[in-house]
Amino acid sequence: MSDSISENPSQAEEVAGDLDQFCIAGHTFQSRLILGSGKYDSFEVMRESFEVAETQCVTIAVRREKLHDSSGRNILDFVDPSRLVLLPNTAGCYDAETAVRCAKMGREILRGLENPGADWVKLEVLGDSRSLLPDPIELLKATEVLVKEGFQVLCYSSDDPIVARRLKDAGATSVMPAGSPIGSGLGVINRNSLQIILEDLKHGDPDYPVIIDAGVGTASDVAVAMELGFDAVLLNTAVARATDPIRMAEAMKYGVKAGRLAYQSGRIPMSRYASASSPEVGVISKRQ
Amino acid sequence: MIDVTINGKKQSCSEGLTIAELLDSLGMNSRAIAVEINQQIQPRDTHRQVEVNDGDILEIVTLVGGG
Repeated sequence: MSDSISENPSQAEEVAGDLDQFCIAGHTFQSRLILGSGKYDSFEVMRESFEVAETQCVTIAVRREKLHDSSGRNILDFVDPSRLVLLPNTAGCYDAETAVRCAKMGREILRGLENPGADWVKLEVLGDSRSLLPDPIELLKATEVLVKEGFQVLCYSSDDPIVARRLKDAGATSVMPAGSPIGSGLGVINRNSLQIILEDLKHGDPDYPVIIDAGVGTASDVAVAMELGFDAVLLNTAVARATDPIRMAEAMKYGVKAGRLAYQSGRIPMSRYASASSPEVGVISKRQ
Repeated sequence: MIDVTINGKKQSCSEGLTIAELLDSLGMNSRAIAVEINQQIQPRDTHRQVEVNDGDILEIVTLVGGG
């Protein structure tokens, strides 16, 4: 890798038959696509998108119960906790202490629902509301506390390789760097840093799960991320706010599969010059 | 009556109510709810025993869509 401009070394040895399961925090998924449940125009469209995407894991947020609920509809009427593993997040928390409280609330709710996702959390500790980028110091603090409390912590992180390493060292179950800011649709904008993160976190520990979280806009972004060697993709806005969310959910399913297959297949190295596909002997032209 | 703060809003409620009784009086679906009192999570199996006290700050949360 270091002495060539090849995107990926051959990963053919990783292919184990047809079964390409994604294992994380004691869960085994056939799908490598984790979807968020926010921003859909309706619960019905959300449910259909999850089905079409064939996702097995869905993120969910913790918020104050309304004192006087007008609609009476709860998201759980549209997300079957017996079929989908729920991954509660700490979205909207800006300091470690609040994020830890939020994580405990999510765990308490999921325990009540007997959902197997009760002991894990997508940890978000944000730095500011404009970029929604993580505050790495508070994130690390919260990770340390939650790991001690027995949580499986999946950290939404920036694309800083050193922060990623510190989170793994602190006991994070997975580090989930952003491809670009949440909901931006900019895709994978710092490929080099993400490759450093992947190499570093998986060095001597190839099964350590690294998930790209946030920023993807369309199926090709997802494929790019999977080709880099991410174990899974977590996305929300790109599906929920697409003109046709259900169709985009299907596109994302194929994007993840295409990228994963390409990663496993070992892409050709990049070269500055051409390499003819047709035989170079027996050519009738005299031109060199 | 005692004064409590529920989800940031000051309210009065009867003295000696348990968490479960308070949730019932608020008409809150207890299936998908977590309760925190003064920043301490209150496990579901304690809701029928733990009483709400004057000045308590409660957070009652549920699940919503999120990424």
